Amino acid sequence: MASLGAVPAFASLTDDAIAELTGGADIGEGSVTLTAPEIAENGNTVPIGVEAPGAVEITLYADGNPVPNVATFKFGPLSASRSASTRIRLAQTQNVVAIAKMEDGSFQMAKAEVKVTIGGCGG
Amino acid sequence: MASGVKPRVKVPKTAAAGDTITIKTLISHKMESGQRKDDDGNIIPRSIINRFTADFNGQNVIDVTLEPAISTNPYFEFEAIVPESGEFTFTWYDDDGDVYDTAKKITVS
Repeated sequence: MASLGAVPAFASLTDDAIAELTGGADIGEGSVTLTAPEIAENGNTVPIGVEAPGAVEITLYADGNPVPNVATFKFGPLSASRSASTRIRLAQTQNVVAIAKMEDGSFQMAKAEVKVTIGGCGG
Repeated sequence: MASGVKPRVKVPKTAAAGDTITIKTLISHKMESGQRKDDDGNIIPRSIINRFTADFNGQNVIDVTLEPAISTNPYFEFEAIVPESGEFTFTWYDDDGDVYDTAKKITVS
């Protein structure tokens, strides 16, 4: 391992977090709908919505934040559509990634780039 | 952070059995991320709500893990199935150990 001790870039922090969630399994695309604005003037409160029919769990990541994890939604027996909306902080222009764990144990993802005018980490 | 935290929840008062309803929740909380610095350059310690749950008559609707990237005054919107009359209970868990909760009744006609 030549890179031992090297500081990973932000993008690989997100990759690491996703790998931890999926255990390295293949991730499909197409079943997750990620709703995010193309441009967010204020990175302190960016509206994000996710929907993935048949998902038991959806995790959100922001690959340009100091910490990539944003939130995990676990859906219970009385959850209707497997969807949720919230508001998140984005430090800079970056990708928001949603990974859904499906009922059969497979994983699905969606990604959206959000351009941020004013960052949301007080920096 | 025990003072001034006020949960607000919007749930329809009535529904038909088996209906899908939309629930909106908001709780006032500064959600200090642990990334910001004060005027002297010291890091302001993290202080957030780290978990939110919604249940109906003891059955879970949604269980959310919150990280510091969730905005001030955390807002959630989601959908629930209402099989019968009963009560939704909403619970927020603060980093400092405080638990905030509120409940809403719904009548199935």
